[in-house]
Amino acid sequence: MTKPSQYKVIGTRPIRHDGVDKVTGRAVYGADVQLPGLVHGKMLRSSHAHARIKSIDTTSAEKLPGVFAVVTGADLPCLAGKMANLGEGAINLAHLSQNCLADTKVLYKGHAVAAVAAISPHVAEEAVKLIRVEYEPLPPVMELLAAMQPDAQLLHDDVFTNRLGEKSARPSNVSQHIHLEQGEVDQAFAKADLVIEREFRTASVHQGYIEPHVSIAFWNADGHVTIWTSTQGAFTVRQQTAELFEIPVSRITVIPTEIGGGFGGKIPVYLEPVAAALSRKCGRPVKMTMQRDEDFQGTGPTPGSVVRVKLGATQDGKLVAGQAWLAYDAGAFPGGMIGPGCMCVFSCYEIPNARVDGFDVLCNKPKTAAYRAPGATQAAFACESVIDELAEKLGIDPIDFRLKNAAKEGTRRPDGEVYRRIGIIETLQAVKQSEHYRSKTSGPNVGRGVAAGFWFNVGLKSSAAANVNNDGTVTLIEGSTDIGGTRTSVAMQLAETLGIAAEDVQPHVGDTDSVGYTDVTGGSRVTNATGKAAYQVGLDIKQQMAARAAIVFECKPEQVAVEGGVYRHQGQALTFKELAGKLPHIGEPVVGRATVDAGGATNGFGVHVVDLDVDRETGKVTILRYTAAQDVGTAIHPSYVEGQMQGGAVQGIGWALNEEYVFNERGEMLNASFLDYRMPTALDVPMIETMIVEVPNPEHPYGVRGVGETPIVPPPAALANAIYRATGVRMRELPMSPPKLWKAISRSAPPA
Amino acid sequence: MKDFEYSAAATIDEAVSLLARWGDRAKVLTGGTDLIVQLREGQREADMVIDVKKIPQLMESSYSREKGWRLGAAVPCHRIYEHAEVADAYPGLADAARIIGGWQIQSRASIGGNLCNASPAADSIPILIAYHATCRIAGPNGERTVPVAQFCVGPGRNQLARGEILVSLDFPPSLPRSSGAYLRFIPRNEMDIAVVGVGSWVQLNARGDAIEAARIGLGAVAPTPLVAEQASLWLCGKPANDDTFAQAGELARLVARPISDKRGPAEYRTHLVGVLTKRTLAIATKRARET
Ligand SMILES: Cc1cc2nc3c(=O)[nH]c(=O)nc-3n(C[C@H](O)[C@H](O)[C@H](O)COP(=O)(O)OP(=O)(O)OC[C@H]3O[C@@H](n4cnc5c(N)ncnc54)[C@H](O)[C@@H]3O)c2cc1C
Repeated sequence: MTKPSQYKVIGTRPIRHDGVDKVTGRAVYGADVQLPGLVHGKMLRSSHAHARIKSIDTTSAEKLPGVFAVVTGADLPCLAGKMANLGEGAINLAHLSQNCLADTKVLYKGHAVAAVAAISPHVAEEAVKLIRVEYEPLPPVMELLAAMQPDAQLLHDDVFTNRLGEKSARPSNVSQHIHLEQGEVDQAFAKADLVIEREFRTASVHQGYIEPHVSIAFWNADGHVTIWTSTQGAFTVRQQTAELFEIPVSRITVIPTEIGGGFGGKIPVYLEPVAAALSRKCGRPVKMTMQRDEDFQGTGPTPGSVVRVKLGATQDGKLVAGQAWLAYDAGAFPGGMIGPGCMCVFSCYEIPNARVDGFDVLCNKPKTAAYRAPGATQAAFACESVIDELAEKLGIDPIDFRLKNAAKEGTRRPDGEVYRRIGIIETLQAVKQSEHYRSKTSGPNVGRGVAAGFWFNVGLKSSAAANVNNDGTVTLIEGSTDIGGTRTSVAMQLAETLGIAAEDVQPHVGDTDSVGYTDVTGGSRVTNATGKAAYQVGLDIKQQMAARAAIVFECKPEQVAVEGGVYRHQGQALTFKELAGKLPHIGEPVVGRATVDAGGATNGFGVHVVDLDVDRETGKVTILRYTAAQDVGTAIHPSYVEGQMQGGAVQGIGWALNEEYVFNERGEMLNASFLDYRMPTALDVPMIETMIVEVPNPEHPYGVRGVGETPIVPPPAALANAIYRATGVRMRELPMSPPKLWKAISRSAPPA
Repeated sequence: MKDFEYSAAATIDEAVSLLARWGDRAKVLTGGTDLIVQLREGQREADMVIDVKKIPQLMESSYSREKGWRLGAAVPCHRIYEHAEVADAYPGLADAARIIGGWQIQSRASIGGNLCNASPAADSIPILIAYHATCRIAGPNGERTVPVAQFCVGPGRNQLARGEILVSLDFPPSLPRSSGAYLRFIPRNEMDIAVVGVGSWVQLNARGDAIEAARIGLGAVAPTPLVAEQASLWLCGKPANDDTFAQAGELARLVARPISDKRGPAEYRTHLVGVLTKRTLAIATKRARET
């Protein structure tokens, strides 16, 4: 599709500003940071999934030559009862601290218990082995529904169920019960012609970012702490660390390094406070790098879930009622992804009568963290599978069924949100008309599945500033760590506003001392919110440049007309570059600045189509063709938009087919490596085709919607629906791995 | 990982005497693609690592139509599938060599290392068994040979005594109308360890429509790779068709005694033995007809 563009820079595909450094290996990641006197930290992790710590003896470790410091939970302040808002709602600081270093209990295998700083990583490893911990093992609570039982073994005695603001009488592993309701649900179900209710399960999965967690901390003798770290948000690391040590934020500088993927998993702190505590003790900078098994076992996966969805429709395919029950495991501490799960379960459709109950459930697994559209994929797997079954039973094409019921401007979600202009209908129509969807599938074990998905794009706070250089370039400093090409997408919006080339903007991600407050890179917000800040920086610069032009033109600033980067007055004209060249001689330097609090979520919708082949004898799925369509508002840099859609789809495919934490009865993860935690490789997926749909977001100057997260949401349901078409078997448990699919096929049809 | 000594032996005698001196505290290094990972992850420990890639006999690969093939224990995988005559005569081993890791691994990893590491899931062992390969071993008391089928004694444990190294793997000549094939099942298309691996070798009659002899090796279904003896013998004299292959698969399943673990449940593994036996026999037969 080509169409004349109203833009000069937006919609083009310039080479990313950080590209050369990344392909030549010059980009500085956390592991590359070297400092004089640097020593190496190593964590001792719990070998039990659930146990009380009776004692920790660090004397032998401390005596080992080459060891500089040993820390345990006792080296962090006691924060019992303290709460803080770290941008994701109020959290219990004691829990955050205990997750970094356990105090009286270990709550999952891999839970950090103590740490050593030593002259080399090898000496640190040897010293860790010398730490003696006496445990009193407790029964591990691993199964979600069992954890919810009133007589279940408790993880915490200070966690109670919060139900609509009311606290339960007794402590519980259920930390929260969310209830949403609209319309007359029971009456509506009674009137439906067809009601289908199903139960679904999903396993814990990990973001699988390629770069393990790594942090370097230096606690200077003057009390100032500097942290270099691989994070999605320098300011949240600063805030969390300040809270954990009870020191003012101004005593901490966080320098975000390049980041090799995060997907939500690099928002909480893990290593930063521990490296800081070690550095405070030994007076040297301390570097801590996780090994892959530590990333799996010691950082947040995304929740496993049990979800029941019930939907009612009329004979002609109109959804009239919906009900969902969702339980998500939060891992060892409260605060999983149940909130967004509840908001997302019915978010693609207009369901006037709906009820949603959601439960945040503790169990002896690592504390969960966000993972790309956190909570939405589990919910969509359930809802989109039931939608597919309804469409099939009613004899309606699955896209047509979704079109009949798709959410639109004015649709109210069960959580109360009323949609503004959204693009799910346009996306469904694009898929319906696509060559892929109109083509025929062939082969005895081949099936096609479709599914839709939704995710919010949050706004939140961003700051940016830019200096105009006298060679006509602009140096942009923003605070959003770049995990998806956002430096370039943000720079392009500034370039568009100024009427200059993308290459003439040099974007930099600043540290917490050199850029204004900026929230995390998450919630698909950066191109939207930081992009908006860049646009406003552009307006600010334009105004200042017009004032400088007025000096040259000898007129009033308001008399200068600016268009396409050219400043004019009565036959005189200066390009941005020419004007910039005159800056040293005409008035003050030009520095633009802007801060935004881009409140309110906009919304991204995607629809995926997959053709796949099932080997009935082995249960192995081969993906033949895959198309991801999405309303992206406006594609600033189409290649990065496509890349996000492809990457999200591949992660969703992995979640659908093979990825899972495998635990034994003692709660030990058995597959904490990329060998046995099976993410898709390049040979496991075809080229993911993409269809960019553009329904501009009315609240963004360039119509941007967030893109990054939605694409992980549809794949598991799309694959399950395709597997059904291929085999006649409905898979309701993730992953749909070969042994499980083989078993389901052989149960459904005895061998011919 | 703790520090260790390193020595690159130039002759078999030198390696043998180093090994005899250091005993359990020494480890032999060929490609290192198992050993180095295991040392780093603390699964094995060594005070002395003896590199044997400088020993000519361990790096030789000599093939002749009449005498068969002698494959030095340290020859990296890529030299197998890139050697046209060898890949033609023993395509089943080339199947295995092509899927052990990616090309970086295949540039270092040897079949000898794959065998000595004695993983029940090692990709080369079932097909080595199917081809009747034998191990030539050197030690303080001279040379001896052992059939591959008897070489492994448990997960990660082999027959070698103190001071012994594997020098080469010897293959009988590849006769007309015979061939082999190896398949493993993995959930993805690369970067996985076999959930089950099956290597099959067949010798067809002059008309190419019946099986005269066959041998089936199984991986990842017991503490060591196995020979599916009964299935192999049953095949003699049977018509070479899909029915026969499927029935042989049923018989091969009987010897499988897998465990359930992170790589797959026991029931599924047993089932896969049937599927892969059938499929490898079909491929081996097709190849044998083309020789
Ligand atoms: C990324 C990756 C992917 C892999 N993929 C596969 C795969 O798909 N399939 C598979 O089967 N394996 C795989 N492996 C494992 C490994 O590559 C193979 O087992 C390989 O064949 C080992 O050969 P090597 O020459 O590297 O052995 P080394 O690591 O050098 O040695 C292996 C063991 O054998 C001993 N040894 C070696 N040679 C001798 C000798 N001549 N005499 C006595 N003892 C000896 C060593 O002491 C050591 O214990 C993979 C490994 C990696 C790192």
